Amino acid sequence: MASYVLKRFTGMIVVLFVVATIVFVIVRIAPGDPAAVMLGPDATPSDIAALRDRLGLNQPLLVQFGVYLGQILTGDLGDSIFLNMPVLTALGQRAEPTFFLTLFSILIATVIALPIGILSAYHRGSLFDQASTTLAMFAASVPSFWLALILIQVFAVRLGWFPVAGYGGPDTTLLERLHHLVLPAVTLGVVSSALILRFTRASMLDVLDDDYIRTARSKGMAETPVILKHAFKNALIPILTVIGITAALLISGAIVTETVFGLPGVGNLVVSAVMRRDYPVIQGALLVVAALYVLINFAIDMLYLVIDPRVRF
Amino acid sequence: MAVSVAARSTRTAGIAKILRERKPLALGAALLLIIVVLCVFAPLFAPYDPNKLSIANRLIAPGADHLFGTDEFGRDVFARAIYAGRTSLMIGAAATIFASVIGIALGLVAGFFRRTDVVIARVIDAMMAFPDILLAIALVAALGPSAATVIVALGIVYTPRLARIVRASTFVIRELPYVEAARALGVPTWRILYRHVLRNLLSVIMVQATFIFAYAMLAEASLTFLGVGVSPDIPTWGTMISAGRQYVGQADWMTVFPGLAIILSVMSLQLVGDGLRDLLDPRLRKDL
Repeated sequence: MASYVLKRFTGMIVVLFVVATIVFVIVRIAPGDPAAVMLGPDATPSDIAALRDRLGLNQPLLVQFGVYLGQILTGDLGDSIFLNMPVLTALGQRAEPTFFLTLFSILIATVIALPIGILSAYHRGSLFDQASTTLAMFAASVPSFWLALILIQVFAVRLGWFPVAGYGGPDTTLLERLHHLVLPAVTLGVVSSALILRFTRASMLDVLDDDYIRTARSKGMAETPVILKHAFKNALIPILTVIGITAALLISGAIVTETVFGLPGVGNLVVSAVMRRDYPVIQGALLVVAALYVLINFAIDMLYLVIDPRVRF
Repeated sequence: MAVSVAARSTRTAGIAKILRERKPLALGAALLLIIVVLCVFAPLFAPYDPNKLSIANRLIAPGADHLFGTDEFGRDVFARAIYAGRTSLMIGAAATIFASVIGIALGLVAGFFRRTDVVIARVIDAMMAFPDILLAIALVAALGPSAATVIVALGIVYTPRLARIVRASTFVIRELPYVEAARALGVPTWRILYRHVLRNLLSVIMVQATFIFAYAMLAEASLTFLGVGVSPDIPTWGTMISAGRQYVGQADWMTVFPGLAIILSVMSLQLVGDGLRDLLDPRLRKDL
């Protein structure tokens, strides 16, 4: 088992290195001088030269890459051009809304998807199953920003139950801030529930025909424990994987949702960085998000070892 | 001649039987066909010029004269929606073709030549770590916003998905006896890759490409909505929703109808993708 963990860990480090390389390449494929692009058309040649110097763009690419890797290893993601602060600080300041948004979205998605997915598999082929499959397909097809606009119109504008946008001022309590997150989290939760629902249904279908389920039933065990204790527990691995992946991928949805709801999160920071061509922020956000994805995947793999005694390498 | 007519009618009867037996696939295919025909032949179906301004007719609710209502400049929303569909479908299709060509090439090379696999597989893994919208907006930011860069960006974003599947399937096929036999007979590698490997992967590729088409259309709409995609002057379903955003509550139809167009297109593609997968691999039918 130790060799498996070591192998997975080494693999993770290699992928992280490739991720860092891809990020480095993306920022440097921009046509023209990145310093000139960042500063806009009104910049003077001396401003551009100063920024080139500050970003180390005058050095050979390989040297730039070496410096960049060294900075990453010391936790330095560079400084934002427009915010006048380190990228890591900027990301940290915007992390709270994104963290809570992602957390609540995944909770909502799981609460919607697990019971429907389990029941759908149990009543396979029934009207309920067909309805839930259609619902999942609909949820996977809805653009999150469109759903957000509809929810804002109904629940914020017409009914007035939730704020239209924002995250409250600096003096607002945590509860008030969370109140601002209800509609964004429902939007993202509904959209993300589709994948979890489909996987839950599929994994449950896989195990429901297994011998140990028949054995449990033939022992006279009630249906609820058969489904929850025997079937669901064994179907959990693929479901956990997809929940983990969905959580990591929610940042994509968060970018759009935060923009619609005007939430000052990481997604919003990235969009404004793109508008202002603030490359260090784009670079830092790409790196942090992709690294989180790789780490979550690694954590899920390690979780298998703990929750499933069959997994021994 | 008589033989070819008979063969064609047998094939038609076969397709009709498949569609009769697989209702979701038939529904998806019909829906997709209607959308594609409406958009491709937009000039035939559009009741008005999609760009004709008419301030007197601004923000008219859906009715007999304007099926989907009018926008803030008095333009017919139905006419604009079917013209916009052309661009949205074109961007989705082009990104899918881009991802397919590069993804297939990378997947085949990685799956067939083990030495290259070490590098290609790691790059695929690393690319998959980036959320699609985030990677796409970073690429658009680097390349500059335009329809062409959106296509390239989305193409790059979805390339690893195809590459991964083609690579995994190539691993299996390269060990099969007929590939070994072809090698023993001295068939050139490129010919083995094309005739014996790629041809056997077409169904897998087709299914995956259908899903990528759906994802790419959704992603394009999101990019455009965020203002980092296609220019707002070009009508796409994304730009229409973005423009209608300011009139939510006052003229909901400006956002509702383009949104429904995206949902129906993506749903039809997913139905077709699911249907094809089930059709081509009966083992999966009960699973998903």
